[in-house]
Amino acid sequence: MISAPDVVAFTKEDEYEEEPYNEVALPEEYSVPLFPFASQGANPWSKLSEAKFSRDFILISEFSEQVGPQPLLTIPNDTKVFGTFDLNYFSLRIMSVDYQASFVGHPPGSAYPKLNFVEDSKVVLGDSKEGAFAYVHHLTLYDLEARGFVRPFCMAYISADQHKIMQQFQELSAEFSKASECLKTGNRKAFAGELEKKLKDLDYTRTVLHTETEIQKKANDKGFYSSQAIEKANELASVEKSIIEHQDLLKQIRSYPYQKLKGSDLSAGKAEHTQDQAGQASTTSNPDESADTEVYTCRPAYTPKLIKAKSTKCFDKKLKTLEELCDTEYFAQTLAQLSHIEHMFRGDLCYLLTSQIDRALLKQQHITNFLFEDFVEVVDRVVEKQGSTPLEPSQDRPPSRSLEECLSPKVLISVGSYKSSVESVLIKMEQELGNEEYKEVEVTEVSSFLLQENLDYLDMDMKGSISSGESIEVLGTEKSTSVLPKSDSQASLTIPLSPQVVRTKAVSHRTISEDSIEVLSTCPSEALIPDDFKASYPSAINEEETYAGDNEGAIHFQASASPLDLGEAEEGSLENTPSHTDSSCCIGKENDSLLVPLPTLAHKLSDNDGVVSIPPQRYRQKDQGFHVDFAVENVSPSPRDNSSESFSPYELGPSCLLASRDVSKTSLDNYSDSTSYVSSVASTSSDRTPSSAHPTGTSCERHKKRAGQNALKFIRQYPFAHPAIYSLLSGRTLVVLGEDEAIVRKLVTALSIFVPNYGCYAKPVKHWVSSPLHITDFQKWKLIGLQRVVSPASAGTLQALRRYSRYTSILDLDNKTLRCPMYRGTLVPRLADHRTQIKRGSTYYMHVQSMLTQLCSKVFLYTFCHHLHLPAHDRETQELVASRQVSFLKLNLGLVNEDVKVVQYLAELLKLQYMQESPGTSHPMLRFDYVPSFLYKI
Amino acid sequence: MLRWLIGGGREPQGLAEKSPLQTIGEEQTQNPYTELIVLKAHHDIVRFLVQLDDYRFASAGDDGIVIVWNAQTGEKLLELSGHTQKITAIIAFPSLESCEEKNQVILTASADRTVIVWDCDTGRQVQRVSCFQSTVKCLTVLQRLDVCLSGGNDLCVWNRELDLLCKTSHLSDTGVSALIEIPKNCVVAAIGKELIIFRVVAPTEESLEWDILEVKRLLDHQDNILSLVNVNDLSFVTGSHVGELIIWDILDWTMQAYERNFWDPSLQLDAQQEIKLCQKPNDISIHHFTCDEENVFAAVGRGLYVYNLQMKRVIACQKTAHDSNVLHIAKLPNRQLISCSEDGSVRIWELREKQHLPAEPVPTGFFNMWGFGRVNKQASQPVKKQQENATSCSLELIGDLIGHSSSVEMFLYFEDHGLVTCSADHLIILWKNGERESGLRSLKLFQKLEKNGDLYLAV
Repeated sequence: MISAPDVVAFTKEDEYEEEPYNEVALPEEYSVPLFPFASQGANPWSKLSEAKFSRDFILISEFSEQVGPQPLLTIPNDTKVFGTFDLNYFSLRIMSVDYQASFVGHPPGSAYPKLNFVEDSKVVLGDSKEGAFAYVHHLTLYDLEARGFVRPFCMAYISADQHKIMQQFQELSAEFSKASECLKTGNRKAFAGELEKKLKDLDYTRTVLHTETEIQKKANDKGFYSSQAIEKANELASVEKSIIEHQDLLKQIRSYPYQKLKGSDLSAGKAEHTQDQAGQASTTSNPDESADTEVYTCRPAYTPKLIKAKSTKCFDKKLKTLEELCDTEYFAQTLAQLSHIEHMFRGDLCYLLTSQIDRALLKQQHITNFLFEDFVEVVDRVVEKQGSTPLEPSQDRPPSRSLEECLSPKVLISVGSYKSSVESVLIKMEQELGNEEYKEVEVTEVSSFLLQENLDYLDMDMKGSISSGESIEVLGTEKSTSVLPKSDSQASLTIPLSPQVVRTKAVSHRTISEDSIEVLSTCPSEALIPDDFKASYPSAINEEETYAGDNEGAIHFQASASPLDLGEAEEGSLENTPSHTDSSCCIGKENDSLLVPLPTLAHKLSDNDGVVSIPPQRYRQKDQGFHVDFAVENVSPSPRDNSSESFSPYELGPSCLLASRDVSKTSLDNYSDSTSYVSSVASTSSDRTPSSAHPTGTSCERHKKRAGQNALKFIRQYPFAHPAIYSLLSGRTLVVLGEDEAIVRKLVTALSIFVPNYGCYAKPVKHWVSSPLHITDFQKWKLIGLQRVVSPASAGTLQALRRYSRYTSILDLDNKTLRCPMYRGTLVPRLADHRTQIKRGSTYYMHVQSMLTQLCSKVFLYTFCHHLHLPAHDRETQELVASRQVSFLKLNLGLVNEDVKVVQYLAELLKLQYMQESPGTSHPMLRFDYVPSFLYKI
Repeated sequence: MLRWLIGGGREPQGLAEKSPLQTIGEEQTQNPYTELIVLKAHHDIVRFLVQLDDYRFASAGDDGIVIVWNAQTGEKLLELSGHTQKITAIIAFPSLESCEEKNQVILTASADRTVIVWDCDTGRQVQRVSCFQSTVKCLTVLQRLDVCLSGGNDLCVWNRELDLLCKTSHLSDTGVSALIEIPKNCVVAAIGKELIIFRVVAPTEESLEWDILEVKRLLDHQDNILSLVNVNDLSFVTGSHVGELIIWDILDWTMQAYERNFWDPSLQLDAQQEIKLCQKPNDISIHHFTCDEENVFAAVGRGLYVYNLQMKRVIACQKTAHDSNVLHIAKLPNRQLISCSEDGSVRIWELREKQHLPAEPVPTGFFNMWGFGRVNKQASQPVKKQQENATSCSLELIGDLIGHSSSVEMFLYFEDHGLVTCSADHLIILWKNGERESGLRSLKLFQKLEKNGDLYLAV
């Protein structure tokens, strides 16, 4: 069936093997896979070396009953994208793996044809010759004129990177299911319409025939029927039958269970529905057989007889296009969804993974992340939180996705285990840039799957008894193993899981949810991934460090899964909880050992300051398997503190990674710093844009880069950048005054990266105002671009500015002056060093983000330490609390002078946000200080 | 001299010789208000603020709507709309202790010649009366009798349900401009230049009728009476357009003290009549009083004066406290005085015992006024020296609140929640003590944490 399914070999595994690995490596899902073509000396970022297409694209194909598999359209619809890649051939390939048939026809014992609402199937396949790997999503659409009323289609996400497909399977599946559901909904609507028309036709035909028969009857009174009359009568009878059949079909299509639609947003989970039969077959017998039999037996051949007059040869009629099959509206919507998918998965896997990790980490900081992160993500997070409420039982899932990922090239993964959470893995992220936080990480969104499981039982009823449910299969293994028992392979991994636990889990899980493991091997089998090879996986991350070029600044992903912890986490044992609580006492000195003795840290802290630790409890409960490892370096006055202050701030892992990615892709772009704000936005839609996995889209990414670039410029150009940034951070509105709108807008955009957010809204930034400012403006906006009009009319504007000068800092672009309070802290110089070596906008943006995240963690500590704000006991005076507060800020958080005000301001925002029940109800207050301002000049 | 005539203002002199407007820099260490919330709901000038209870207040203004706010959070609790024209008077009618579960009500009078009673817990209109011949300009409540009085062209007495109990005959076309309650069931109404004392007669065994009787007319003011305030149990004070301040005995309605021209000595000089004419009359009109046990604080034109009741003289003043007329003043418990003005600012003053600072600008300005008309400086010097010992206090500016872009009409002080100001720019601003608010937020935060069971105390 598939000629040369293949696996990309991981190179240089032996080299890494030699390196002494004493520590347990990072779990797989946080690492970035090795670059497959490194042996060829290729630049890791010039990807797709073997593929004939320039970048990933989406292909929609149909198995046409007339011409066989044929490509219909690609997204993006640009021949440059797929280049010389043979779409026809690949269509054949992807259509040929849809072994799961949709059964339409006369089921035994039924008089009428039955429609089956079959689930889509999701398959991963590879083609080494073409250098193409694809996630293939099969679906069937109904067409009255088609054979068996069904037309099989598939949507395929084609990439040259196998790992991308494998590791993004969940996400791809979820997104494609949405698209598919959209298509199918439109199709059902169109099909019903079509049936109605057909019924009318038939009704008409019947009337005509009836009249004709009557006439013949009358004309023919000989007492017997002529052959003509009999023929007519037969015809009439067949029309009658046809009508009944069509009515039945109409009834069926209308009775489509719409509760399924509601669940379709969570449709990622549908993938997990694997039929018992298929599952059992695969575990017990040769998967080849099971797959093959299904492919060939399940295709029914039923052609209902239509009205005689219309029965034409199937090759003569023109089949409906996809757009006709679905409602135009739905078709357009689907296309939009597909291009969204295309955007979403653009770019290198490393980048995708990094940004996913990034987002996952951000989600953990749900208390502080609204301050400086994009609000889209925060909103995303809120939704997520709601979705994951029923998550808790997930602890009894079989462990770690990392297992599957190791195995994925050869073992067909049952979704049950695929979806299994990553939670059980303890992660330590180390960053030497001052204050660190260790966050709980949750990469997969397990919740939806769990929800879906319940739905699946509903789905069962709708299926034909023979039709297989959904399955995920992984094709494309060159030499697949003889069915490798899952537990064995797991046991062979170096990741220190107790095999026994795993096995029992896996088994019990299987029996409960009837998930199955299927191995669909199409080639002679042989053990594909040797154990030592798997062992080398953890080294992948170190590879990443090397790209980063700077070990010191790079983020070290160190797998810190201790067997003990993992075991505990898996079992979700209650004894575990105390240790979690301790661990969440998020203060502690950075510790190089992996298993941070957290309780000790907590003690240390309380010894020092009598500070209370408040764990971010809500998600503790959710992610049982995680360990918070929150270490803020500056919290305790450590010698490192000094070093981190003098630390040159460009050594950042992910940002370097990003930067180097940018080099290859957008070197042009980086330097062409267009002054026009508009053009920057407009150009984002162009196809040359750097690939971005960010769901907020490329424009956002581009925007960040440009903002970073301009901010960098500002810092270099103006010696008084520090007080200006301090104004922004401390919540004092900065008014950028200038004549030229473009320049003002540009600077406002650049500076907006320093503006803390109030909540889940857009940043309080007003790019351009020409009317006089009002007190409400200062309450609402924290960064304002103000037009300087050279006319008497501007008197009002300037007068208002003077009047409200105590609430504002004024940056006059035309005169190059800044009027604002003095700043003598140390925070901003680190954030905005004019001698920084950072050159790229996006790098700088990342730098700022990371510094601000550190700041946020300080703020978090400050805000949530009880004794800093309230007396520890009744006898304590307010003065004592105040002095403790001051000493905490100065000594523990290492804040100098005005830095304190920044933290205090952010703490107020944090409090407001935390107490806000429903967003948007509370008024943002305007806080200010009565401090003298100074005029800075260049 | 001629220059003043033409220029029509005292600014040049004020700048040259007297204290200019006292300003305070951006550094205001004693100013506690470091947080503000702008409340925007009115569509026109907000003129009135009235406190309902510990945490609520109502605002009303020219747009005819009344809004009830939470002073702590700035949340808009209720919007009461029923008037078609601007609101001319608003008063809270506290419920009697005797009748339980009575909701707090407020009465509003409007230029549409209606008075509405609102239930400010539900926002319901309890009662609406529209039988007035004229606009009601003032309302007052006689708590003891559980009645309220409305003053327009006549004076009406109403019970809580707004049934008319009795009324006076037509008093004047200008109407009652101010109305206060004095002991013995009497009220004082200011009508033009006159003060009229009325007595409300409650039903007794003999007569079941309510009645209101005119008791006395006091004709001592020479110009329209602008302000009328109770000082204490013994006296009340009136101020007029031309700067007369009269302290009256509250029981026998005799004049206890009469100060007329000390605000502006120019008025003493009849020869300078033309100067008086071309001066801005507002400069000496008494807009508002506030009192404590010892002193009457008067907002006179742009200045603030402290009149000591015992010494019967001005003990401290700020000749130009604001850029333009002071509209409202209030004395805070902590010896602070707050004033708001047409210039859009609110200023916080502190009354300090004067230390012997010869260069004190305030007395200089003040006493210079005595020498007004005798333009030469030398002449005024002796006067100053002579008076120096007399003034024992000074008003120190300790902070200003800049927020409104137009005249600040009124303000309200909450012990716990800070200051509320309303203004002609349609806004209400809540000024808060930032530090205290921060502490309160922390308290709430930890209460919420505790409620959620997320609070862990270190051992």
